[in-house]
Amino acid sequence: MCLGVPGKVIEIDGILATVDFWGVRRQIRLDIVDEPVAPGDYVLNHVGYAIRRIPPEDIGETLELYESLLADSTDEDLMAADVRGELAAGEIRK
Amino acid sequence: MIPQEGGFAQLKFRDPARGKALAGELERLAREIGREPITLMHVCGSHEQAIARFGLRASFPPSVDLIMGPGCPVCVTDLPEVDEAVALAKSGVRVATYGDMLKVPGRVLSLADAQSEGAKVDVVYSVSQAVDLARSTDEEVVFFSTGFETTAVATAAVILSPDRPKNLSVLSAHKYILPAMEIVAEIPGTRIEGFLGAGHAATITGWGIFEPFAAKYNRPVVVAGFEPLDILAGLVKLLEMVRDGRGGVANMYPRCVTKEGNLRAQEQLWRVFETAGGEWRGIAFVPDGNLRIREEFAEADARRRFDIDVTSLWTTEPSELAKDCICGAILSGLAGPHDCPMFGKECLPDRPIGACMVSSEGACRIWHQYGGRPDLRSLTPQVEVAV
Repeated sequence: MCLGVPGKVIEIDGILATVDFWGVRRQIRLDIVDEPVAPGDYVLNHVGYAIRRIPPEDIGETLELYESLLADSTDEDLMAADVRGELAAGEIRK
Repeated sequence: MIPQEGGFAQLKFRDPARGKALAGELERLAREIGREPITLMHVCGSHEQAIARFGLRASFPPSVDLIMGPGCPVCVTDLPEVDEAVALAKSGVRVATYGDMLKVPGRVLSLADAQSEGAKVDVVYSVSQAVDLARSTDEEVVFFSTGFETTAVATAAVILSPDRPKNLSVLSAHKYILPAMEIVAEIPGTRIEGFLGAGHAATITGWGIFEPFAAKYNRPVVVAGFEPLDILAGLVKLLEMVRDGRGGVANMYPRCVTKEGNLRAQEQLWRVFETAGGEWRGIAFVPDGNLRIREEFAEADARRRFDIDVTSLWTTEPSELAKDCICGAILSGLAGPHDCPMFGKECLPDRPIGACMVSSEGACRIWHQYGGRPDLRSLTPQVEVAV
């Protein structure tokens, strides 16, 4: 539940950002993140909120953990399930 | 496939050579320290998931015992708090909550029990979804919220939002981890020599909040990330500090954590919440351990909005099995899942007796899935390994 999930910002509309998570787009809120966020940036999302803008030099390392987790997991895998829960926390983009 | 068995060769590191080097460092430091066990504690369910999932304990020196403390917010939510949510649901209020909270037992009933008796209980993945639920109905909706600082911040943002629906209120079971670490550090006879701090909670609070704690108890705190290499690197730093006998704080997760943390988030968190003492399951009374909604936001606080009568639930006694649950000792680091005779027998993920088997961040649930033993080289026959 604390893991969060990183995604790439596609578009910003006020306090809402459309974020791409491996091809799945969700709307995430920007009320909490403490740096200006622009399209192309990566953010770490937790329960539907961006909590941190990921520095560009750290994006590769950050994504790798999640990619190996999601690629290499069963339905019962708790850690992967928490990441999927984080994805479900975003609003489905209408 | 999930790596169930240990064995360093099977661990999937981003950089196997670096993983091996870090494990070698741990061995060297453990030898230099020379005593055993060297007991370390982490306080984060996601850390335990990563440690168990990647079989990291297999690469620790035998003398290093890394135990999970009160790092599962769902697990430490005490019976009366669950009872408040159950009482509200049974009185006809619509209750929305995170999935893990559904099956957590109260004194007699869980929210899932109330749901099967006809109460309106909805599972949501985020507080925003509770907002949407409230917008879709005229009914009163209560969001039964759990989580540490990282999650409480999202709840705070909703409470501060000018367009929050008037029929939405929050029953806060949010917790603040630092005071619980103090309680654990003060348990008489505790052997904990250092703490691994949770990376993403520290993203919000900053690593600086651990400094007074580390100084007061003269124990090191190392903030670490969740990648296998992040965890091993954090442990190497922690063992170095244990060897040198110094307290202090080290940040081994600089890509997410700064000293000050996320000030904008902290401002929202503390504008909405204040700390209050409260019972944590198994840890006893934790001064300042609960996050309570300030008076100013009374209309958003379910405890002030409703007259919640939990005593009406207490007409039957808890089950005999529930009385034998050692979840409390596990949460305070005094026991592990394998110390519980019900683990993997009477107590299973689909029919849990204690909260530690319910939540995906609970030590019992995690160990049951991944077979995470403290030392994979000393298998004990009574431990059931999930396959």
